[in-house]
Amino acid sequence: MKAIWTAMGIWLAISAAPALAVTPIEQLRDPALEARARVISKDLRCVVCQNQSIDDSNASLAADMRVLVRQRIIAGDTNDQVTQYMVDRYGDFVLLRPPVKRNTYALWFGPMGFIGFGALIFWLTSRRRKTTKAASVDAGNPDEDQRIDELLEQYRK
Amino acid sequence: MKFRLSALIPFLVFSLIGLALAIGLRNDPRAMPSAMIDRDMPAFTLQPVSDDLPLLQRSDLLGKVSLLNVFGSWCTACLHEHPTLMRLARQKRLAIYGVDWRDTPSAGANWLRTNGNPFTAVGLDSQSKLAIDLGVTGAPETYLIDAKGRIRFKQVGPITEPVWRETIEPMVILLEAEL
Repeated sequence: MKAIWTAMGIWLAISAAPALAVTPIEQLRDPALEARARVISKDLRCVVCQNQSIDDSNASLAADMRVLVRQRIIAGDTNDQVTQYMVDRYGDFVLLRPPVKRNTYALWFGPMGFIGFGALIFWLTSRRRKTTKAASVDAGNPDEDQRIDELLEQYRK
Repeated sequence: MKFRLSALIPFLVFSLIGLALAIGLRNDPRAMPSAMIDRDMPAFTLQPVSDDLPLLQRSDLLGKVSLLNVFGSWCTACLHEHPTLMRLARQKRLAIYGVDWRDTPSAGANWLRTNGNPFTAVGLDSQSKLAIDLGVTGAPETYLIDAKGRIRFKQVGPITEPVWRETIEPMVILLEAEL
């Protein structure tokens, strides 16, 4: 019984593909061009909903942008030219994948910087710990040594 | 116990994070910089919303400081700014042009009849042709255009009286002084 439920659950999870925002009338007849349009649209932000690509979004402006992407492709633009067309009008904001530029260095390299900083602290702390431990074993305190000798002497007696 | 300066590090790190978060809280994630500021208005010719209203084209905007207002009959926030636009039109403060965005001619014309028409000319942009060229993200949005047809400012959201008084009018006065 349990196995059946599990199987059904898995089947549901697989079959529940997200509904397509791209409507049939928007699509280009040529499958190769349509595929390019899909690739471009997936990286363009829907400026109304902001966290969806225009390929995912049901917003009417996103639909108009999808149509425009296809019009540019038909007009002979390369993928980069279509993307640039949108960037010219909406700025880098329209890109879901931010470009590596001076004002995005913190975004791209910040995490690596933090990891490096953490590694540096880890290295410094472990080095300090090692030296203090070694020091306490090797270099005995002369006063303590004398006291130990005295105690040992007493014990032997 | 001896006071060590390194004991302050956690506190400093905390303050730094706190400061960054405080700045983050004040940022409006919906506020987007416009890529179109100081650029020329793109060429366009829009169909009129109804036969009794003139069509709108780029050359209409030249030779004076004007506003280009993106609205739609479906846009509720547009009603919010409508009284201000009507007042500016009544007082002939400056030319206001309308872009009826993603609308049907009948709905757009109806809306203007019901609420009043503050526009010198209105164009219909049912497929976002001009809207995307202008980088429009929602309605209402208003572009301040100088006499040479360059976009100088973009107001996202309704032009209420305070917005007009404190933000837009000072710029209009500066631009009119350039004429």
